[in-house]
Amino acid sequence: MHIEYLVKMANDIAAFFHAQSGPDAPREIAGHIRRFWDPRMRRQIIDHGAAGGEGLVPEAKQAIALLAKPAA
Amino acid sequence: MYAMNYEDLGTPETEGAPVTLEIDGATVTVPAGTSIMRAAALADTKIPKLCATDSLKAFGSCRLCLVEIEGRKDFPASCTTTVAPGMKVRTQSTQLDKLRRGVMELYLSDYPIERDPTAAEARTELRAMAKAVGVTSTPYDGGQRHSGQPKDESNPYFTFDPDLCIVCSRCVRACDETQGTLALTVQGRGFASKISASQDEPFINSECVSCGACVEACPTAALSEKNFLSIGKPERAVTTTCAYCGVGCSLVAELKDDTVVRMVPDRNGLANSGHACVKGRFAYGYATHPDRITTPMIRKSITDPWREVSWDEAIEYAASEFKRIQAKYGRDSIGGITSSRCTNEETYLVQKLVHAAFGNNNVDTCARVCHSPTGYGLKSTIGESAGTQAFVSVAKADVICIIGANPTEGHPVFGSRLKRRLRAGAKLIIIDPRATELVRTPHITADFHLQLRPGTNVAVLNAMAHVVVSEGLTREQFIAERCDRASYAQWKAFVSDPSNSPEATESVTGVPAETLRAAARAYGKAGNGAIYYGLGVTEHSQGSTAVMGIANLAMATGNYGREGVGVSPLRGQNNVQGSCDMGSFPHEFTAYRHVSDDKVRGEFAADWGVKLESEPGLRIPNMFEAALDGTFKGMYIQGEDLAQSDPNTQHVTAALGSLECMVIQDLFLNETAKFAHVFFPGSSFLEKDGTFTNAERRVSRVRKAIEPIAGLADWEVTVKLSNALGYPMHYKDAGEILDEIARLTPTFKGISFKKIDELGSVQWPCNDEAPDGTPTMHVNRFVRGEGRFLVTEYVATSERVNSKFPLLLTTGRILSQYNVGAQTRRTDNVVWHSEDRLEIHPHDAETRGIRDGDWVGIASRAGDTVLRATVTDRVQPGVVYTTFHFPESGANVVTTDNSDWATNCPEYKVTAVQVTRVQHPSDWQVRYREFSKRTTRRERVPAGTPSS
Repeated sequence: MHIEYLVKMANDIAAFFHAQSGPDAPREIAGHIRRFWDPRMRRQIIDHGAAGGEGLVPEAKQAIALLAKPAA
Repeated sequence: MYAMNYEDLGTPETEGAPVTLEIDGATVTVPAGTSIMRAAALADTKIPKLCATDSLKAFGSCRLCLVEIEGRKDFPASCTTTVAPGMKVRTQSTQLDKLRRGVMELYLSDYPIERDPTAAEARTELRAMAKAVGVTSTPYDGGQRHSGQPKDESNPYFTFDPDLCIVCSRCVRACDETQGTLALTVQGRGFASKISASQDEPFINSECVSCGACVEACPTAALSEKNFLSIGKPERAVTTTCAYCGVGCSLVAELKDDTVVRMVPDRNGLANSGHACVKGRFAYGYATHPDRITTPMIRKSITDPWREVSWDEAIEYAASEFKRIQAKYGRDSIGGITSSRCTNEETYLVQKLVHAAFGNNNVDTCARVCHSPTGYGLKSTIGESAGTQAFVSVAKADVICIIGANPTEGHPVFGSRLKRRLRAGAKLIIIDPRATELVRTPHITADFHLQLRPGTNVAVLNAMAHVVVSEGLTREQFIAERCDRASYAQWKAFVSDPSNSPEATESVTGVPAETLRAAARAYGKAGNGAIYYGLGVTEHSQGSTAVMGIANLAMATGNYGREGVGVSPLRGQNNVQGSCDMGSFPHEFTAYRHVSDDKVRGEFAADWGVKLESEPGLRIPNMFEAALDGTFKGMYIQGEDLAQSDPNTQHVTAALGSLECMVIQDLFLNETAKFAHVFFPGSSFLEKDGTFTNAERRVSRVRKAIEPIAGLADWEVTVKLSNALGYPMHYKDAGEILDEIARLTPTFKGISFKKIDELGSVQWPCNDEAPDGTPTMHVNRFVRGEGRFLVTEYVATSERVNSKFPLLLTTGRILSQYNVGAQTRRTDNVVWHSEDRLEIHPHDAETRGIRDGDWVGIASRAGDTVLRATVTDRVQPGVVYTTFHFPESGANVVTTDNSDWATNCPEYKVTAVQVTRVQHPSDWQVRYREFSKRTTRRERVPAGTPSS
């Protein structure tokens, strides 16, 4: 998939949890993505995050880093 | 006339303490306020009547229903006289007989009783009553008559024959009381009295919305369905559920042989209480339209002509292609789409096929593009992905708030209920960029119309919440008892911030702060405040946030858990609720349970005898993206038209065109079928058994009226496909599928065909705790336990106007057409709406040199199309509006890929566009016509060639 498409989705999710969850936002963003994104999309955004995460807002970038770790 | 076999009780049901009286010597007990006529009918005593019917208030004009009451003088009308304790009524006597005969003879003096009746006339109440009172002719022959007047044949579905009219006013009252349009009147006085549509206009040119309530109310066949006149008397009746909008009206299909003569709303129907609209009552002709495809077809390439084949060959070909694709590209390279136009049983089977036979979770449903934010937003806040009320609840609302919905066009029968309540005095708040009918209609003016800029719902809702909180209108006791305290404190602090005040948001929303404050106060102070919303809430980049904002507002004001309040999403299609309930989303099993839940997944795996995936699958827009990047290659689509209904058409069609095998199951060769390789002929709602679940969670029966025209009901096709894929399914009927759903779904545990037949319909949850269903949810506690407030920060959409695209386009629906129009375009409803038009404000039109009816180009960042303009102030300056019922309009060529952050529901409601006057169709429209010709060709089958 186009990475811009996934980056925009991740940033949009981050915008909601930024206001709702404050410092816990990265964990909530990661949880949302884990719950609703198909594994191939998750793999792609994780790879993108690992490569620097261009275009991702800071909280989304932190969330993608959490996503790369196995779910608790 | 009533539906076949319906026993009319004369006047409406009332609620009251029991009253016992005597009628013709028999003791009868009925609620106080009941008419003598109804009490008698309940005791199987039929009093002759003409102007009375139990769907309308008593009128007392025909004088046929006179009775005698012991101790009272004269002969009171039994329809307008209510029962009293100890009353003794006589319905038969020599004097009554004489009076009734005299009345009937007068009626017949101006009625052609002598002529051979048509099938419709033969079944009229007038003739039945004449027979009942023993009158077959009139002694007043030779008197003046209203004979020889021209019929009004202007409406495509019914005719008005003034020669048969007795001016009883039932049609006028039906238009007033049942429909609420007030299009009819009695014009003139005395002998000159006549029924008139609007200002004595032909019906088609009048304000009549063709709901047919007047036709059903008519006791003489002066108003009569044209089909009744042309086809003849129906011989049998089947009670089923309408296949159009989310109101889910119960209808009685009356048939002669296998032809539907007419469709009559079921007066016992709990969703519609005996009413219907122009679509449900009249627009069923698509089911037998010549465009129906009734033979399976296949082709190797979408540029090949379609080749008709047997069911077995089509099924085998589809299965072999799906197997080939999975072998080549992997198990996750295919998926399926369920339909909100199909039954619960059919959608359940499609998602089961994807989970069990495809072996992945790539299933989604068309609710993705309409109400998926409702599911997410309501689940997150109150714990259940569904509306909280029954439709009848609106009758107890004091303040009604309609947000982003147009019920009188999109949900007409509920719209009529709303009008009744509003005319009885409820206050009305409308939050909509456009002036919908309810903003101002006879005897209704919205108390507040918050005409916001498209895309600013969340800011408006936050501002309303700000007023409620800052002005002390919260119901603290309700919140303390029912809601999560910490979430409330966080939310309260958020909405209290001055940045959320009406004054601060006015420049963003365009809503004057004073108006917004007044509206918020009205809702906050309401005894019962009810919110109804539609796609104007969900189809935004913040669709889910807006749903949460609505849920928050209702929690803060204590508006849950009783009649007259609540949060009610109005669902666009008949089975949106059901298709969502049935596990059609790629992360869920039935009843919204996540696929990662080991216990739930284990239950399904055990029942289905197969290992199931624990990871979410692809959503529809994700499928398109995956198709374009080459990892998604095959789709099974039941009853959906993604190529017309989904946004950014060129993107969608590029994705569909890249598939190696698309299997489509539909009534017609729709837009999506142009990209298909296998076509399974679908069955209409008349041709199958099953259930639909409407917007109030009401599960109603769909009953087969005729055999499937293509030989198989839709669920049978899915079973065959699954079997061919190597995952056997065995059901003897749709009832067995529902039994399996009930076995695996806690909210459906008590639902079966038998239960529905007993109760008429049932609202889920239906289980051990609620064996007869649940009309009102969250009564003593929220489904999730404590209601959870969520912070709903307004985030402006990235779709912005600029000098190149200075206007905002928003889209919607109109009364006579339905969704992509595949059904209604193939009926006479095109008389009212034969093309999509672009509504533009006079100021915007003038600066562009556009006049009403001109062709205009609409260009966005996604694409451009051409429509004709309607210049109107229903839209505000800076906003344009269109519908998407006709594929050649290309409304979705213009809409973009923007979508809701939580669910990917597309942002249909906000597209920045430029509008210019043009002379030619758009390039896309030219390409569309050429492509359509190429991709819909069918091989000619030589005469005499057998088909299986």
